[in-house]
Amino acid sequence: MPRILHLILYFLLLSTCLSAGNILHVGAGKPFTSIHRAIAAAKSGDQIIVYPGVYTECPILVNKPITLSGYGLPVLDGMGEKEGIIIDADSVTVEGFEIRNTGYSYIEDRAGIRVKKTKYFNIQNNRLILTFFGIYLEHAKSGIVRNNAILGKPLGEANSGNGIHLWYCADIDIDGNLIKGHRDGIYFEFATKSRIRNNVSENNLRYGLHFMFSNDDIYTRNTFRDNGAGVAVMFSRRIHMMNNLFHLNWGQASYGLLLKEIYDAEIRNNVFQKNTIGIFTEGSNRINYTDNDFLNNGWAVKVAGGCDKNNFIGNNFIGNSFDFAAVGNMHSNQIEKNFWGDYSGYDLDRNGIGDVPYRPIKLFNYVVDQTPETIILMRSLLVEILNFSEKVSPVLTPAEVSDAAPFMHRYSR
Amino acid sequence: MLRIIRYSFADLIRSRWLYFYTGFYLVLTGALFFISADLSKVIVSLMNAILFIVPLVALLFGVMVQYNTREFTELLLAQPIPRRSIFLGQYLGIASALAISFLLGAGIPFVISGIFISSEIWNFSILLLSGVLLSYIFSALGYLLALINDNRIRGFGLAIVVWLALAVIYDGLFLLGLAWFSDYPLENAAIFITIFNPIDLARILILLKLDVSALMGYTGAVFNQFLGTSLGMGLALIVLVIWAVLPVSMIRFISLRKDF
Repeated sequence: MPRILHLILYFLLLSTCLSAGNILHVGAGKPFTSIHRAIAAAKSGDQIIVYPGVYTECPILVNKPITLSGYGLPVLDGMGEKEGIIIDADSVTVEGFEIRNTGYSYIEDRAGIRVKKTKYFNIQNNRLILTFFGIYLEHAKSGIVRNNAILGKPLGEANSGNGIHLWYCADIDIDGNLIKGHRDGIYFEFATKSRIRNNVSENNLRYGLHFMFSNDDIYTRNTFRDNGAGVAVMFSRRIHMMNNLFHLNWGQASYGLLLKEIYDAEIRNNVFQKNTIGIFTEGSNRINYTDNDFLNNGWAVKVAGGCDKNNFIGNNFIGNSFDFAAVGNMHSNQIEKNFWGDYSGYDLDRNGIGDVPYRPIKLFNYVVDQTPETIILMRSLLVEILNFSEKVSPVLTPAEVSDAAPFMHRYSR
Repeated sequence: MLRIIRYSFADLIRSRWLYFYTGFYLVLTGALFFISADLSKVIVSLMNAILFIVPLVALLFGVMVQYNTREFTELLLAQPIPRRSIFLGQYLGIASALAISFLLGAGIPFVISGIFISSEIWNFSILLLSGVLLSYIFSALGYLLALINDNRIRGFGLAIVVWLALAVIYDGLFLLGLAWFSDYPLENAAIFITIFNPIDLARILILLKLDVSALMGYTGAVFNQFLGTSLGMGLALIVLVIWAVLPVSMIRFISLRKDF
């Protein structure tokens, strides 16, 4: 037994020795003036500290497990035609750099920081300015992207890149980043078991966050503001979406959250505020929409065809122009115990649940769906009369879209 | 003319009906505040009431006052006063009395509830402004109707017909038209058609403030441009003012030629 203990101690000592490494200094008047030479001279586990200045030796290829730290935000300038940093080894840390001007290209996807087929990387506290793609992860695993500011200038969908781009990745943490002015703020394609937390994604041309064919991911406490659409989740399974804010996603085809062909998702505790459409969902099954707040949206929820076994429970619907719109068969979906701002029923037994079912689809919803221009008649006396007569004896609006147990009071969160 | 305005204003201010009108708004707005803490919801409910009641009351008042002061008007006509001053003065008196009693009725509860420190202040001022404009427009229409028709029953009947037409029937036909021609791009036409109905215009003015999320760009670029910017707002206001000026100039035209 003591022998094994000794052995363990020995290895612990060895590993701490290894990870401590040497420190190499790069900068004017320092032992190294070139980051390339410093990397060539470094051994595994070394740390390279780069001092302030503008370095024009991009792309910088990091091919050993080292820590590359910027001190006082040194600038790596791609001069409009080079990538910033390429990480091509496991256990690499890159922190504290300003990377700019990779230039735009129609032929290659240039990135500020590219991670290739590696593990255990850590990219943090960097500023990326006018990079085509910001941080580009391909076939990467178990890494961290944290507290980076990725600021682009939106041109057009075809010639803008994505802020953080994942392609065949797994187990990645994306935490506390600020992403502005790209095509998609964060883009996931075949990226699984990853976590997206505390990010702010705004003013992007297409989506704040975009999932394609990506399963088992979680995103929580993010803010998506003023994007073409806040978040798009497509062809993905088991995505958890919690405590996010979807705000001011306005425009002709704008959604807070767009769901297409997704299964088994949890959408909980999110706030959808002032979006043209809060949630638009199409062909999505077995999704729980619980405890969300829909405030002042054009449409709170719009359900297109092919949606089965979805549950809408315990949500607040307040101040939306339209609470709900549905096309097609809604029979297998459950709508229950929501608070509806427009509910006008009563609660005689005082159990907090209205005695009259609430039907969130009004006749005018139906009319607007048929002829969008009629929206100009919204809130006119005629429309109120039409809605009222339909409420008294429903003919055109689907009877199955109904909350049998509407809450009398707003859920406070 | 100022003296006539003042006289007809004072005459109306003393009338029971106007107290009733002010009281109605006081009670309505106060009650809405009392039952609902949500300011924007109060504004929506109040908007429905205003678009419904202000035009009706203004029309009927315009007709009524014109008929009731017919003898006094004839007396004035015998004096060396220009006709323009008599009729426009009377009209402005009525309209201002109505507008002020509306402002007081709807405004006092808001002031008490502390709207001035809330972010809803702009929505609310738009609401008040459109109420005032509607008072001026519809009392002019009413006055004009009474001036044209010497038969009282006919005058009141026409006033109600005008109100029904603008408040409900117009929108009904509008809706049918839009549904009928839904295969065509209708955004321009839709905006154009609303110009001919002051109630619709006032509604859109308020809508621009309240339901922007839904209206922002749902149906194409034209709505976007018009409804999404302050341009739309400015245009709607200007057209509303034109709507007030037109019947007034008609009053002037007819009063100069009418044989009493």
